[in-house]
Amino acid sequence: MRGGQGAAEARVLQFTNCRILRGGKLLREDLWVRGGRILDPEKLFFEERRVADERRDCGGRILAPGFIDVQINGGFGVDFSQATEDVGSGVALVARRILSHGVTSFCPTLVTSPPEVYHKVVPQIPVKSGGPHGAGVLGLHLEGPFISREKRGAHPEAHLRSFEANAFQDLLATYGPLDNVRIVTLAPELGHSHEVIRELTTRGICVSLGHSVADLRAAEDAVWSGATFITHLFNAMLPFHHRDPGIVGLLTSDRLPAGRCIFYGMIADGTHTNPAALRIAHRAHPQGLVLVTDAIPALGLGNGRHTLGQQEVEVDGLTAYVAGTKTLSGSIAPMDVCVRHFLQATGCSVESALEAASLHPAQLLGLEKSKGTLDFGADADFVVLDDSLHVQATYISGELVWQAEAARQ
Amino acid sequence: MKLIILDHYSQASEWAAKYIRNRIIQFNPGPEKYFTLGLPTGLPRDHPESYHSFMWNNFFKHIDIHPENTHILDGNAVDLQAECDAFEEKIKAAGGIELFVGGIGPDGHIAFNEPGSSLVSRTRVKTLAMDTILANARFFDGELTKVPTMALTVGVGTVMDAREVMILITGAHKAFALYKAIEEGVNHMWTVSAFQQHPRTVFVCDEDATLELKVKTVKYFKAPPQVNRKGCIYATNFGMQPRWQANAHTSAQSNGSS
Repeated sequence: MRGGQGAAEARVLQFTNCRILRGGKLLREDLWVRGGRILDPEKLFFEERRVADERRDCGGRILAPGFIDVQINGGFGVDFSQATEDVGSGVALVARRILSHGVTSFCPTLVTSPPEVYHKVVPQIPVKSGGPHGAGVLGLHLEGPFISREKRGAHPEAHLRSFEANAFQDLLATYGPLDNVRIVTLAPELGHSHEVIRELTTRGICVSLGHSVADLRAAEDAVWSGATFITHLFNAMLPFHHRDPGIVGLLTSDRLPAGRCIFYGMIADGTHTNPAALRIAHRAHPQGLVLVTDAIPALGLGNGRHTLGQQEVEVDGLTAYVAGTKTLSGSIAPMDVCVRHFLQATGCSVESALEAASLHPAQLLGLEKSKGTLDFGADADFVVLDDSLHVQATYISGELVWQAEAARQ
Repeated sequence: MKLIILDHYSQASEWAAKYIRNRIIQFNPGPEKYFTLGLPTGLPRDHPESYHSFMWNNFFKHIDIHPENTHILDGNAVDLQAECDAFEEKIKAAGGIELFVGGIGPDGHIAFNEPGSSLVSRTRVKTLAMDTILANARFFDGELTKVPTMALTVGVGTVMDAREVMILITGAHKAFALYKAIEEGVNHMWTVSAFQQHPRTVFVCDEDATLELKVKTVKYFKAPPQVNRKGCIYATNFGMQPRWQANAHTSAQSNGSS
């Protein structure tokens, strides 16, 4: 239960002996929770003259806002792009399993698919609050089919589309109703893209540039039309060139609307992006970096060969290959692994690493008042981490939803 | 008067903190026996720098005190004088102040009892002196017009009724006020001087605060440290009760000399 009339009577929880991430710093402070939200203890003390109903000792650990994954294609054998009869169960399974990675909210991602798949799958994945059942669904991320043929990567060529004919109507016809959609990745060099970007933005849908051969100018124009995100920077776009930086150049462009922050997803699994490239991006524009897993269904399946839909995949540690080859098949590094790798590769502060996985994705989606933060009034979705940033426990709405084996009494 | 002189601000702070802790333990408070700690009051509520915020962030949130046992003058009360009178009543009801801890202003004021305040005054509304407004400007982005000009404050008489008074004075800018407070006479222009007539006062200061005092005064109060049987260092003229160790609560139950 969040907020509402019963909130004032609800139990007050005080998490003590911890460091919390607040205002970009790790502070030695207690975290107070009531009615599923972060509570201001000063108001409680002076206005209600109350103390906590329950104190929980956090053993000196770090409390950070729960991680938010805005690009995840499936996991644990589940493929979000498959039009099964019971899509909901698959989403629920992933939602529950990623709690152990510290993820409290996510955007199930669908790769390029035929319209029938979208029409079947999209309505079955509604926005949903998180809880003991699993991480919350913030909305869908539709990556494709309106992308560049040349930069399609692993997306099936047969199902690529354009909106040449009827612009936004083409998009609607492909996806169906957009109620459950939160992010759309498209290539801005496609004709009529600006119209489409503007339409999507007006409907509160975040537009991301990716799988594209756009040059910097085209990318900047797309941002002016409303685009706010870049899908997995460096991958599936033109490489940085000193006379035409392409989409990568958005990080330091001076031709963007005043006050607008461009966000960009990075897969920090140690494989998809060379650490040096990760550092370049981070140093150029640290405020916009959003850690994503872009995880494939092989996430969490363990080493060995797995059959996923039409593909045979070989998992070896943190890398997944197309079986029998050295071709990367997609990412399988969990979000907390990405956070740790990001911290180690960039040498950034713990605070920065944590914000890249929580605050920045929340800001991208305009949710920073309630998610990705431990400010008063925000949803009490947080993770308990040890000093090496391993997840010890996960909380949603102030309720314990996952706990590490060692931490269980 | 006890005048405790420490080398630096941090040492003076630590000494004062330990003294307060020792006094509380020694007093052995309980459900029917309240240790009433008095502190000077200040700014209006709802301001980020309000006294409520200050007390919360620097004191209350670090301890397990029940909100019912905290009483702060409410600058937003409808009837300010009634608020002040009620505050005096609450002090009486709690059994009087056991220990009052305060600092002094550069103009020698205690709490907001500005120069010219009656030395027998009680809790009331006071107009602030320019010195005080200037000193407080740092809490209001340096804008003098934003600094409140009035404050509710405990009176000099209110503090004199406390069983013990501790005054913390650090920094060279307070040196002249300290000189006026302890080496000159009792004067309502330097209201801290009223405590010369209190039976139990402790002034805790750092070296810089003693800059305006006579060498003779400083030497007297800075008698060389001696080491007692148990290896605890103390100055001879403290005249205070035996030292309590960190786990003193259990030793407090015994007949307690250390």
